[in-house]
Amino acid sequence: MSNFAFLYRGRDSNASPEQMQKTMEKWRAWFKQLGDQGHLKDIGHPLETSGKVVRGKQKSVTDGPFAEAKDVVGGFTLIEARDLGQATELSKGCPILEVGGSVEVRPIQVLNM
Amino acid sequence: MVAVLTRIFGVHNLALAEDVVQDAFCRALEVWSFRGVPENPSAWLMAAAKNRALDVLRREKTARTYEPELSRWLESEWTLASEVEELFSDNAIKDDQLRMMFSCCHPQLPEEAQVMLMLHILCGFGIDEVASAFVTTYTAVEKRIPRAKKVLAGSKRLFDTQTATEFSVRLPAVQRALYLLFNEGYHGASAEFAVRAELCDEAMRLTRLLLEHSLGSKPSSYALSALMCLNRARLPARVDASGKLHSLLDQDRSRWDQKLIGEGLQLLELSAQGEALTEYHVEAGIAAVHATAPSVQATNWQEIVSLYDTLMTIRPTPIVALNRAIAVGQRDGADCGLRELGTIPDSDRLAKYPFYHAALAEFELQSGQVGNAIGHFEVALKLARSPMERQFFQDRIVSCQHAC
Repeated sequence: MSNFAFLYRGRDSNASPEQMQKTMEKWRAWFKQLGDQGHLKDIGHPLETSGKVVRGKQKSVTDGPFAEAKDVVGGFTLIEARDLGQATELSKGCPILEVGGSVEVRPIQVLNM
Repeated sequence: MVAVLTRIFGVHNLALAEDVVQDAFCRALEVWSFRGVPENPSAWLMAAAKNRALDVLRREKTARTYEPELSRWLESEWTLASEVEELFSDNAIKDDQLRMMFSCCHPQLPEEAQVMLMLHILCGFGIDEVASAFVTTYTAVEKRIPRAKKVLAGSKRLFDTQTATEFSVRLPAVQRALYLLFNEGYHGASAEFAVRAELCDEAMRLTRLLLEHSLGSKPSSYALSALMCLNRARLPARVDASGKLHSLLDQDRSRWDQKLIGEGLQLLELSAQGEALTEYHVEAGIAAVHATAPSVQATNWQEIVSLYDTLMTIRPTPIVALNRAIAVGQRDGADCGLRELGTIPDSDRLAKYPFYHAALAEFELQSGQVGNAIGHFEVALKLARSPMERQFFQDRIVSCQHAC
């Protein structure tokens, strides 16, 4: 088993409270399913779309990130799967895909020192 | 509400659950005094409790551990809000009440404490209300309930209502507690009709939850529910609005609730399956005979005596024997009744029970021995456990004196 990160992009932040509730209901169902199958390593959290960006040796602080809404990471989850293929299959159940968002599936890199 | 919140926070955080409810009520008092009572106050309170629960879960994330199987969903913002929403849904609330009901019937708790705990946690009775329901002092209840709560909070988790074996092992204790809760209303010492009716209705409500659960809807549960309906139907005639007690023999039968009787008979029919004949079946059978009889004279006393015979084989207590003897007296006449009363085994255990002496008195009165009757009633009067019973026996003595 290997670990993967799911990075979600393009969450619909303009939804009405009712739509929001329905959507979160779908997310919950999906997470439960992943959990039941033993794939959920760390459910992670949703993220606000903006915060601060700290950069460089000067540690300069700017507001951000100012990317297109669809490009901003809106949350993350850690997944356990056999291989990248299985992890990718699992990501296809993500409700974000129904609203035009994307899931980035990234293997956790094992650093050998 | 406490039941739902305990499910969320875990049984070890029972006190936290109660705090959250307390908090919701305080907010209600604050807001309502400004803006008036909302249209649906209980929904408002539920929503307030739900928001408060979310606050607590967010703030105390690291400080506490919650219900183990839920904690994963409560720890992430992905699922926290929708999980709590789900836990507050109507179905979940029913489940939680059932779970709490079974948890209250903890084997380490004496039966009376189980019933008190149910009343307090599931029926929202305050300490003073529990005390008045049980006709005991505030301080006595104030000591017992926290002790019982400690036992409850000490159990590692809430009772799991999905496990068939555990469920059926504890079911009899739950049924017994519900039966006692009902009887506290029906036979108990509280003189207020409202208090009694409320206790009976709460017992009926909780029993219905049992019937809605696949593991709880056993024939014995149907029988228990039937028994409650059939007896509850007679309560308005048993205790009148002024708190006066009327024996079955002189009740105004037009005040019996025919709708409840119908419901009870239907439930009794549903209970007639399976092998086991429980005391609830038999008691419901007896109640059904009474409830369908147009008058005392037209009652099928033969049927009642034979049902009591059966009950004696299941639960041979002196009280059952006493009721059987009274039924024999109704069937065969006062002399036979007196003879039956004399042959009750362990009748010395009834010596302190006022209605034993009252039964002797009634039969003596029927056979014309008014002097003896008054003597027995006077003993009963001395033993009376509440002002209501005292009043009842006094009235009987007065009517004996008129009979002279």
